[in-house]
Amino acid sequence: MSKEKFNYFVNGDKGEYEVIIGLEVHAQILSNSKLFSGSSTKFGADPNKQVSLIDSAFPGMLPVINEECVKQAVRTGLGLNAKINNYSVFDRKNYFYADLPQGYQISQYKNPIVGEGKVLLDMPYGSKEIGIERLHLEQDAGKSIHDMDPSNTYVDLNRSGIALMEIVSKPDLRSPEEVNAYIKKLRTIMRYLGTCDGNMQEGSLRADVNVSVRKVGSKKFGTRCEIKNVNSIKFMQMAIEYEANRQVELLEEGKEIDQETRLFDTKKNETRSMRSKEDAHDYRYFPDPDLLPLKLEQKLIDDLKKSLPELPDNKKERFIQEYGLNSYEANVLVSEKEISDYYEEVAKLSDKKLAATWMMGDLFAMLNDKGLNISRSPISAKNFAELVQSIKSGEISGRIAKQVFEIMVESGDNPKKIIESKGMKQQSDPKELEKIITEILSKNKDKVDQYKAGKEKLFGFFIGEIMKLSGGKANPRLTNEILKKLLKG
Amino acid sequence: MSLDKEKIKHVAKLARISVDEAKVDTLTKDLNSIFKFIEQLNELNTDKVEPLTSILNQSLRSRKDEISDGKIREKILKNSPKKSEEFFIVPKVVE
Repeated sequence: MSKEKFNYFVNGDKGEYEVIIGLEVHAQILSNSKLFSGSSTKFGADPNKQVSLIDSAFPGMLPVINEECVKQAVRTGLGLNAKINNYSVFDRKNYFYADLPQGYQISQYKNPIVGEGKVLLDMPYGSKEIGIERLHLEQDAGKSIHDMDPSNTYVDLNRSGIALMEIVSKPDLRSPEEVNAYIKKLRTIMRYLGTCDGNMQEGSLRADVNVSVRKVGSKKFGTRCEIKNVNSIKFMQMAIEYEANRQVELLEEGKEIDQETRLFDTKKNETRSMRSKEDAHDYRYFPDPDLLPLKLEQKLIDDLKKSLPELPDNKKERFIQEYGLNSYEANVLVSEKEISDYYEEVAKLSDKKLAATWMMGDLFAMLNDKGLNISRSPISAKNFAELVQSIKSGEISGRIAKQVFEIMVESGDNPKKIIESKGMKQQSDPKELEKIITEILSKNKDKVDQYKAGKEKLFGFFIGEIMKLSGGKANPRLTNEILKKLLKG
Repeated sequence: MSLDKEKIKHVAKLARISVDEAKVDTLTKDLNSIFKFIEQLNELNTDKVEPLTSILNQSLRSRKDEISDGKIREKILKNSPKKSEEFFIVPKVVE
């Protein structure tokens, strides 16, 4: 399969255009306190309760950097297979906005803490590498609330000064599907590392999307537009599709595309120009005189590298090798650290392959249904493993297993206990089975004659009757064998 | 580098400084002479000199990741020209 086949194309009258996408992801660092102040970062506090004189930019206050935030950025850089820079510099990015009390954002410009890296995506057409341009540390802004008063904006500075990592991709993405896979992969990596919770609803993960189009075959990039602060993957995909079509339309009409900042209106499903950001790219960066350059000892970087947890790509390989899973199963089971932990616990105690099948089938469906995270599953990994083993050993059939599963969800009970107390054990004693089958056959002599005369589809009817009589407990494989034997006789 | 009147007005706008139209000419002249003075430094060859971001030859001081501040809403909001019990209030800024 050609990878190009899966790119996102827009057809114009004058030819076919491909879309080029680059992402600037803003990821809030998991830390107790803010990047340059000792205020709490906890989400959901009362407005302006987690604000210090530094976060609200009172005169004379000096920023002091949080060492854990630096480590978190280095860990993330290592997780993105990126170059960690021993020397980086904090700059002031100057702009005015009501939720930015300093009048500038402390960020990193020429010398970011992390340089080039890469992320591997698993697409249906194979794996694709997306280049990372850089990762830098910066402060988050406060929050403006526009819907509390028709003529005023309310400002909450609780978010002001929380550490952000801005992760800039190379323009390597070619479709909304790849954007989806890229964001999810970044999120997975950061959640494994414990550097960002990736919660898009709470705004811990947001992105600016750079979109341009070019005629298929052209090597030159077109003029790009930046769509600001899109906070869900679905909206990103919608914004990209809208924006690509808008740009193609302009080009087809012989018009030029202005390089500009746009916003995505989720109600109208369109992007539009942000007039207030006309001067947005005139940030007049300069090194922050309040902060010395950040120098990292190589030993610190090496130590952090040694202490990294196993990352999803490696874990996936190991799952394939160790548990005999296929690539798809391994992918799903490593997508969240909690899922992979649960699976490993189950796989240690039961059949590895069957465990994967039942987890991805019934367990995920149930969790999804109840809107539960796997860490809050009503079925413990140990009980789930026992259920899998009961199926594997032939103690219960797959059909009965589904009933046991339901009871486990309701009661949280151990499957052995449920099978025992409800008498759900599979009937695998050939003598007992023969008794049941003989009884069915003698009750239905006419059908037996028809079967022998060639009406072979009656076999299913007999199986049905046997199952009914045995309460669904007859071992299907044995029942088949014995029934065939008796019908021949 | 030299600045024209338009550039001066643009920078003033970015910095939210109001500049009296009558003063733009003198301001342009003054700023350009200051630039000219500073540009003498360009005569020095600095190809092999690392940019100096600080005169202190030491690394950044850091702190532990502990909560040691906040919960001073009253103090924070005290000097705000317009406020509610919980929020700063500013003129509507909406796209």
